[in-house]
Amino acid sequence: MSAPTFLGLPTAPRGVGHLRGDEPFPVAARRALADTQLRRNLGRATRTIRAKRAAVVGELPDWEELRDAGQAIKAGALAHLDRYLEQLEEQVTARGGVVHWARDANDANRIVVGLVRAAGATEAVKVKSIVTDEIGLNDALAAAGITAHETDLAELIVQLGHDRPSHILVPAIHRNRAEIRDIFLREMVGVDPGLTDSPAALAEAARLHLRRQFLSARVGISGANFAIAETGTLCVVESEGNGRMCLTLPDTLITVMGIEKVLPSWADLGVFMQLLPRSSTGERMNPYTSMWTGVTPGDGPQQFHLVLLDNGRTAALADPAGRPALHCIRCSACLNVCPVYERVGGHAYGSVYPGPIGAVLSPMLTGVEDNASLPYASSLCGACYDACPVKIDIPSLLVHLRARHVDEVAETRRVPSPEAVTMAAAAWVMASPARYEAAQRGGRAGRLLGRGGRIRRLPPPLSAWTSARDAPAPPAQTFRQWWRTEHGDTGHGDTGHRDTGHGSGEGGETR
Amino acid sequence: MTARDEVLGRIRTALAGDRPEAGPPAASAAPPDGPAAPAYRTRGELDPPALLDLLAGRLADYRSHVRRTGPGQLLDTVRAALAERGARRMVLPPGLDLPGLAQAAPGQAGALDGVELITDGGLSAQELDQMDGVITRAAVAVAETGTIVLDAGPGQGRRALSLIPDYHLCLIEAAQVVALVPEAMARLRPDRPLTWISGPSATSDIELDRVEGVHGPRTLEVILIDTGTG
Repeated sequence: MSAPTFLGLPTAPRGVGHLRGDEPFPVAARRALADTQLRRNLGRATRTIRAKRAAVVGELPDWEELRDAGQAIKAGALAHLDRYLEQLEEQVTARGGVVHWARDANDANRIVVGLVRAAGATEAVKVKSIVTDEIGLNDALAAAGITAHETDLAELIVQLGHDRPSHILVPAIHRNRAEIRDIFLREMVGVDPGLTDSPAALAEAARLHLRRQFLSARVGISGANFAIAETGTLCVVESEGNGRMCLTLPDTLITVMGIEKVLPSWADLGVFMQLLPRSSTGERMNPYTSMWTGVTPGDGPQQFHLVLLDNGRTAALADPAGRPALHCIRCSACLNVCPVYERVGGHAYGSVYPGPIGAVLSPMLTGVEDNASLPYASSLCGACYDACPVKIDIPSLLVHLRARHVDEVAETRRVPSPEAVTMAAAAWVMASPARYEAAQRGGRAGRLLGRGGRIRRLPPPLSAWTSARDAPAPPAQTFRQWWRTEHGDTGHGDTGHRDTGHGSGEGGETR
Repeated sequence: MTARDEVLGRIRTALAGDRPEAGPPAASAAPPDGPAAPAYRTRGELDPPALLDLLAGRLADYRSHVRRTGPGQLLDTVRAALAERGARRMVLPPGLDLPGLAQAAPGQAGALDGVELITDGGLSAQELDQMDGVITRAAVAVAETGTIVLDAGPGQGRRALSLIPDYHLCLIEAAQVVALVPEAMARLRPDRPLTWISGPSATSDIELDRVEGVHGPRTLEVILIDTGTG
């Protein structure tokens, strides 16, 4: 079954992958907020990473110039995406790789399963990759009798814990060390029963657990951080060395990549190699980065397959105002600074792309209807925009998607939505100073509903607003009334309204 | 219609009427010293001694061990590092070119102070796992980020060599050190397999606490060879 389309272009199909949650954000968020352990784990981790990021970003005198360059490179790459993808394909093919195209998650899963089978393997080692989680690749492999071993420590914690990732960079950010030790003791075959919860001991346990799999693996599966059209080079950025293991030791390497990851030139990569590590882990450089071009005889996998995935990206591309969401380099800086993410965690968003960018990206990939609550999962404080290394204006994109949602609902319903009615009424009231003041006077009656300055439940149709949040009780005196009390009836500072009111006969209220 | 044609067609539909007629530029970031140089830094300003100091400091900051030596003392410095490590069996890529050492042919073993030095001739992953460490050279080092880059060139070997053994001893010449990432990009060849290394293997996956040593070498030791020293 196919999801609705935007400008005629298909979004990511339903029924496969992990872009849609089982329940709306407010419901999931309410439950997450009740989990004090989760909030403690998240608060601690995001505080740590924010401080590290600020320190290493502050070291660079040209950080803003790099952000500008990153934004410009991404915009240029998307403006000519067809050309760059063809160039990438040409270069990868010339260097001995095979390029596959996937319209959506089902295409990509079918291609990868076929490639693993063709390699004669029943197991594969995987580098941490959000895109393979987006398409539900592990489920598809399992259904085909192929065991996928996650090798990133956090992904391993998630896999062994039968859990879902909750952060772009650190999928197990919601787990603390004691919980991780318990998962390892329960799930890891042959683990030392005296395992302590020190991070070093836990990392050592993972090293031993995965060593044999790395050394005997025949198929590796990865995502890609960047691909260079000019040269055909693929790039994977990581920390632990599990990526290098998966990219180097198997005979066959399969890389799944969203089509928006392509960069035009080799020199462009130098910009992102500065932006990404500092924004992501708060390091000057991540411990390991692998770059490879096709196949190198005698070094690394001798079979290389690149799967180029659409899965709703062209639908996102078709929305010019929303298009910058595709600039995202998955650093997760916006998650770490977000007051909403910090309190509810990643699971509440229901998609593999959580946090501020996820609240934009997920609805754009699935169609807004399928993730309708996410554009509202933000206070629009703007911290994400400031932190974004490619200057994605996430607050504006969220507002844009809210508008798209209201418009799309209006098109499909005969009766206007409560939001549309409320907004139309507000527009009528605010167009006239007299109506506005009258409304404010009337609003003061709302104090009767409030307790401790908050209104928990408004009567219908305004109950739609208070079903997800409290409304502040109106003050005893409006600003206009206070101004008149303090400054008399001179009308100073109110000249702007005289023109508005002139001719309408309703502008004389301040005289 | 093939998936390829369909995806490319969707892209053209999505962008239709919304992009300039002219084709894309051949490369969107101008070369570092080209006429339209980018606004970000493409050239460092440190003199060579300061550059080496910066690299040494940044390497140490991410828990690499650093030794500094002159070309005449390189072999002695390698000896000292191996003795301190207590290594018994090291793998060497062909072409290490360590002055004073007669390196064995690929697949053969030599010795230095009783340490077996095996030149790689296609060792299996399991065999590499039995080595105490590896000695390599590098293609370039980036001072500002404390990064060394291997490109599988002479004295560096295939990627598995610097990955599987638990100890990596890397030799860097002063002339290989640049200040900034864009300078490194200009020196590197994208058609070679590249490995950028900044400190030993690490993870921040548990409570975002950095722990050194997961799957790659848990100890990275760098010898900086400064022609101005000794």
